[in-house]
Amino acid sequence: MSTLTHPSGGSALSRVAKEVLRSRELAVALVLLVLIAVTTFKSEAFLFSATGWRDLLLTPSMLILLAVGQTAVIITRNVDLSVGSTLGLTAYLTGRLFIDTNLPIIVVVLCAVLMGAVLGMVNGLLVAFGRVPALVITLGTMYIYRGVFLTWAGSDRINADDMPRAFRNLGTESILGIPVLTIVALLVLGAVGYYLHTARGGRELYAIGSDPAAAELYGLKIRRRVIFAFVLSGALAGLAGAVSAARFGTVSSSVGTGVEFEAVGAAVIGGVAIFGGSGTVWGAALGAFLLVTINRALPVLGISDFWQQAVVGALIVGAIALDRILVLRQEKKLVAARDDEPTSHATAPTLDPVLPSGATPADRSEPADPGSAGTDPKEGHR
Amino acid sequence: MLNQKRRFASLAAAALAASLALTACGSDDGGDGGDGGSEGGTFTFIPKNLGNPYFDTSNAGGEAAIEEFGGTYEQVGPANGDDPAGQVQYINTATQQGRSALVISANDPDALCDAIGEAMDADIPVVTYDADTNPDCRDIFVNQADAEGIAQAQVDLIAEQIGDKGEIAFLSAAANATNQNAWIELMNTELEENHPDIEVVDTVYGDDDDQKSFDATAALLQKHPDLAGIVSPTTVGIAAAARYLSTSDAKGKVKLTGLGTPNQMREYVKDGTVEAFALWNPEDLGYLAAWTAKALADGDIEGEGDSFEAGRLGEYTVGADNTVLLGDPFVFNADNIDDFDF
Repeated sequence: MSTLTHPSGGSALSRVAKEVLRSRELAVALVLLVLIAVTTFKSEAFLFSATGWRDLLLTPSMLILLAVGQTAVIITRNVDLSVGSTLGLTAYLTGRLFIDTNLPIIVVVLCAVLMGAVLGMVNGLLVAFGRVPALVITLGTMYIYRGVFLTWAGSDRINADDMPRAFRNLGTESILGIPVLTIVALLVLGAVGYYLHTARGGRELYAIGSDPAAAELYGLKIRRRVIFAFVLSGALAGLAGAVSAARFGTVSSSVGTGVEFEAVGAAVIGGVAIFGGSGTVWGAALGAFLLVTINRALPVLGISDFWQQAVVGALIVGAIALDRILVLRQEKKLVAARDDEPTSHATAPTLDPVLPSGATPADRSEPADPGSAGTDPKEGHR
Repeated sequence: MLNQKRRFASLAAAALAASLALTACGSDDGGDGGDGGSEGGTFTFIPKNLGNPYFDTSNAGGEAAIEEFGGTYEQVGPANGDDPAGQVQYINTATQQGRSALVISANDPDALCDAIGEAMDADIPVVTYDADTNPDCRDIFVNQADAEGIAQAQVDLIAEQIGDKGEIAFLSAAANATNQNAWIELMNTELEENHPDIEVVDTVYGDDDDQKSFDATAALLQKHPDLAGIVSPTTVGIAAAARYLSTSDAKGKVKLTGLGTPNQMREYVKDGTVEAFALWNPEDLGYLAAWTAKALADGDIEGEGDSFEAGRLGEYTVGADNTVLLGDPFVFNADNIDDFDF
């Protein structure tokens, strides 16, 4: 296999260009741009009015936070269905702290993040030590957290005038034309994206998701990494809870219901493989952006409410189907490449172990295409 | 060390057992000295749950009425709003104590019927308010509002606010919400008949979800640049729409009204996003329920067709299905919103 993981003979630049052109991220970004363009054509205010521009950037910020956290978990071949309930609980906590205490805004937000992290930690510990599928564990905690929320809040509701104006203004204010909450989401996205792409811990998350058994054999600290992923997801859900309180100015006990599926959907649309080991937070964030923008754009385009969910569903199914087709095509190419190998080996058996990397560009010119397809496995594409 | 693994996977999932023991709080059944004793009788209010601002308001109205006619007021109830079993317990206690009448907001239309039946067998009249049981298991239901009144009040409000002409849209709850659809249909009829210059251009659904309602409002404004007003006959919808409008360019230009609660809407009434919205007045509801209970206890009324005096609210007649209708919805605006806390 190692032979196929070597880059093709093309220059680094063309390789990067090819990778970008093939990437799911670009595809999602293109769909997003087309969607925005079409909607703006229909109603200029969608992009060009001050409110339209703000909403375009602001609305996805909450889901981006959730999708980023969800991606970290999905990459490890797990899933976190409890984020919606976590978001609800922390949103309510935020409101309660403003009512019951005089803590400054930043402390309240940190409390929300901390509470989210603790709830995520519970998930992580149960998944890592219980050896029960995360789907089941987080389905359970989804209901438990929601139950705790309902018991705590009852019929109580946090209203706009319960929260300080400065906090609610965070939900709409902009800096240099970019909403504050969007900046927060982008900072988180950048930090997590950088970590997953470069840090050892981040790469190990991919390794664990690609092949848990191999990761364990290799001596990776699987439990610690998985717990970390859940803590991250919980903390970001906590932050999203505070964001939700700031933006909507109301917290009732239904806040965040069903948003966990949007988060998973965003990640899947953005190219994060549901079986782990592959995908980026950039893709997930774009997926979140697309999902939210579709929901906002369809009514403007005059497509009935009843169809909106169907369109989102079709998008998810389409994304998965596309993934499947790409995987099949790639498998075919890999098989073809493998079948090609022996013939080239036959000409120079003695060079067998080193041939591929030592091959001259001239030698590789023929199978260059399959070879470049082989770069994908390095990215962990299964 | 390659083979130094295999630790014990200590299964800690037992921690999941989150025993949410909802001990039906041992309540202090307040005035046990007062039964029979006071000449006006003792009237027991059993709201859906205690500590709920809505019922605090309505029961304050009930208490005021009982004071007026010289009875004794008491309030008992479960801690949770979805606990019919808790209510049954309080109904049974009140029955044993021989109260003059019970005033109940039912947590379940069927589950309370046996307990209520026992009370009625003991000649204790039972009035429901806010939320009814099945009509055949209580004496009278005090209805806060009927569909026609709700529709009429909202049409009047929006017509007044937009100067009786222009485009309006409805922001509803779920597409299959029966009461919402009934109200919207009545509003459409009323608009067609009496407000020819108002055009309903859209009906959108926020599913009683803050975010969906919020986004639906945003979409409405973009899709209909000439929109003059939005009517949202759901408390979640109107609050979300108000929140969106208050931070958008359309604040003050696009009028918003519908059904909301003062606490949710206070901020937006004060900042000028919303001029006025409707809902019934829970204080009056409790007040009327208390007078209804008294009229039943005194034997002044028995059922449909009978009339009685309800203090400052005037005369009421028991209607079909043994219900008493409070009247037209109450309009909240900047002048009176601070008088309410629910």
